Amino acid sequence: MSLDTIKPSPGFLEHLPVEYQDLVNHGQYGKQMKATDMGKFKELIEEHPMCAGCAMTLFIRLAFIALPCPEHSIMVGTAGCGRLAISQGNVPFIYGNYGDTNSTASGLKRALEIRFPNQKKDVIVMAGDGGLIDIGFQGLMHSWFRREKFTTIMLDNEVYGNTGGQESGMTVQGKVLKMAPRGKVNEKTDAMGLAKVAGVDYIARIVPTNPARVMRTIRRAILVAREIGSTYIQAYTSCNIEYSIPTPEVMKDAFDIEKERYGFEEIISDRAKEFLAEVEKKPKK
Amino acid sequence: MSDAAIAKPKDWVPAGDLQTEISAEKMLLELPRELQFITGSEAAREAIRRANVDVAISYPITPQSETMQQAGYLYDDGYIKEYYRGEEEIGVMSAIAGASRAGVRALTATSGPGLMRGMEAISSWPGARVNPILLNMCRVINTPLAIQPDNIEMSFLINTGMLMLHAENQQDFFDYTLAATEVVDHVDVTLPCVVSVDGFFVTHARGPVSLPSEKYKLTKRDGWKNCVPAMDNENPPARISRDAPIQKSNFISYHMHASWQQEVFAAVERSGKYFEKLLQGRIEVVNPGAEDFIIASGSAVSQAREAVRQEGEQGRTVGLVKVKTIRPWPGQQIIAAVKDAKRILIPEFNQAGWLHKEVCSTLYGECKAKIFGGPRVYGGMTMPTEMVLEWLAQARKDYP
Repeated sequence: MSLDTIKPSPGFLEHLPVEYQDLVNHGQYGKQMKATDMGKFKELIEEHPMCAGCAMTLFIRLAFIALPCPEHSIMVGTAGCGRLAISQGNVPFIYGNYGDTNSTASGLKRALEIRFPNQKKDVIVMAGDGGLIDIGFQGLMHSWFRREKFTTIMLDNEVYGNTGGQESGMTVQGKVLKMAPRGKVNEKTDAMGLAKVAGVDYIARIVPTNPARVMRTIRRAILVAREIGSTYIQAYTSCNIEYSIPTPEVMKDAFDIEKERYGFEEIISDRAKEFLAEVEKKPKK
Repeated sequence: MSDAAIAKPKDWVPAGDLQTEISAEKMLLELPRELQFITGSEAAREAIRRANVDVAISYPITPQSETMQQAGYLYDDGYIKEYYRGEEEIGVMSAIAGASRAGVRALTATSGPGLMRGMEAISSWPGARVNPILLNMCRVINTPLAIQPDNIEMSFLINTGMLMLHAENQQDFFDYTLAATEVVDHVDVTLPCVVSVDGFFVTHARGPVSLPSEKYKLTKRDGWKNCVPAMDNENPPARISRDAPIQKSNFISYHMHASWQQEVFAAVERSGKYFEKLLQGRIEVVNPGAEDFIIASGSAVSQAREAVRQEGEQGRTVGLVKVKTIRPWPGQQIIAAVKDAKRILIPEFNQAGWLHKEVCSTLYGECKAKIFGGPRVYGGMTMPTEMVLEWLAQARKDYP
């Protein structure tokens, strides 16, 4: 909801849901929070039905805090674990059909630009590895080819977690999972490389080991999408259930995988670099 | 945008900005018209020109119809605000839904195989309460492949919760598209509508179409006026994840999903009063009170009309019911029209006989007539009038 365009009359304010009042008075609306502020303000997402110890949930929580303008953001997702948490957030969420995220977001973003020519609306696709690289592959790639101005975040747990542990295109070679009884035959899909070839303006690979870096990366991706073109974040968000990672070991796994094969990387186009240099020189409130 | 994309000059005024907004009632029922001789695709283009479309997304699926490339020319002229060629039909049907969710008027066109490819997305539109307009130029979907008209694909849409109109000719295609455009926007409807027409016979053939002036266009879609909030993040309260509740049936009562569906189908019925007015009746009845009736929709109506005329020349009165709205289904109107009939023929351009099934379930226990499921042609065949006449003669012989 727009803080600028919709002003409740003072007499009506107290009748708005407490949740909304809290977001304005004690939350992120109209403000920019830091990772170190966590626990001190009303977050956009406060509850979820995800598994205990799920690294994806930590990433999603950070992603919500990182939104540069939550009161003008719309999330798009699809079937998968992530949507169970994303749909609990105080940001409108489109839960569409299988693999339709980037096509839906294309129409949504363009339509929002028609309706709100003077108000930037951030569209963020947040979906799993299967939803994006397998069933949603065509829509994903074509949204990049068309330079659609929205952010795609892949919650890469390297497995179909929500359906019970089948291999996905992002599973690493050799892993034994359901539908890969002899181990996955092919290599993990190089989605970063595909994004680069497709001309995505801001590409990042990240593991949620450093909350401040996660938030900075998400903000960068959303701001570049707002002004320049498509952006893509690939986040390792392990599935502790299907990969049998003991709950206390989830963050250790994240650090290990980061060190081993998932190191932080940014690939930024020249025009996006130029834009970010300008934006980050004069950070907005 | 690459250099190859042609930018408009700074002083360019979109043609749509020069049009005057009016209601569909005024557009369809009051404005003077001028007769043109145009194809069905061109009739669709003229409807889109006047429909005040915000976003049109296309996919070729040639050679069935040139409508969406015509929409491209309209975009270039400024009658449509946003337009692009999508990746394929799942992408297009999803993108159109995305645009519609944002509160703008969205439109696309397809035909049989493309419709089936986009079906997963299309069938989710009513429950998502998005309201794009889909123009469907019916085409064979069965194997072996063919590009001929056959409207079996309509049977897949019947119970999706979409509004469905079936145009008889080029004139209907123009009128129905504009009527649908307004009806879907009513706050007590907020549903998608598919306007189907039998491909080739109508889309590629010319016919007389009376058109109101292109100086006018329909009133724009008001993005605030929906039965559910637009996905624009402009509506309190904060938690407006409108899709989530119905998608989480493992957390929320199954009753919620059931009641949501009930509301969708109730909205289909509520649209009836608007179509009744704009289409001047949801059915057309010729020769009321006749003993023999033909009930038809789409191109089959034209063959039926000719059969009725030739029967008349022979001194035999045959009635005709033209069904304009497949959904909402005008069951009560059909019962009233044929309650005294003795024999009813239902000619169709498909093998399945979906209209026959609809009529039978409507008239069961309401009418004593013998209902014949035919004649039927499919796979792209035309239906000679003689075929209808032969079926009529046989029906009289078998059930005197």
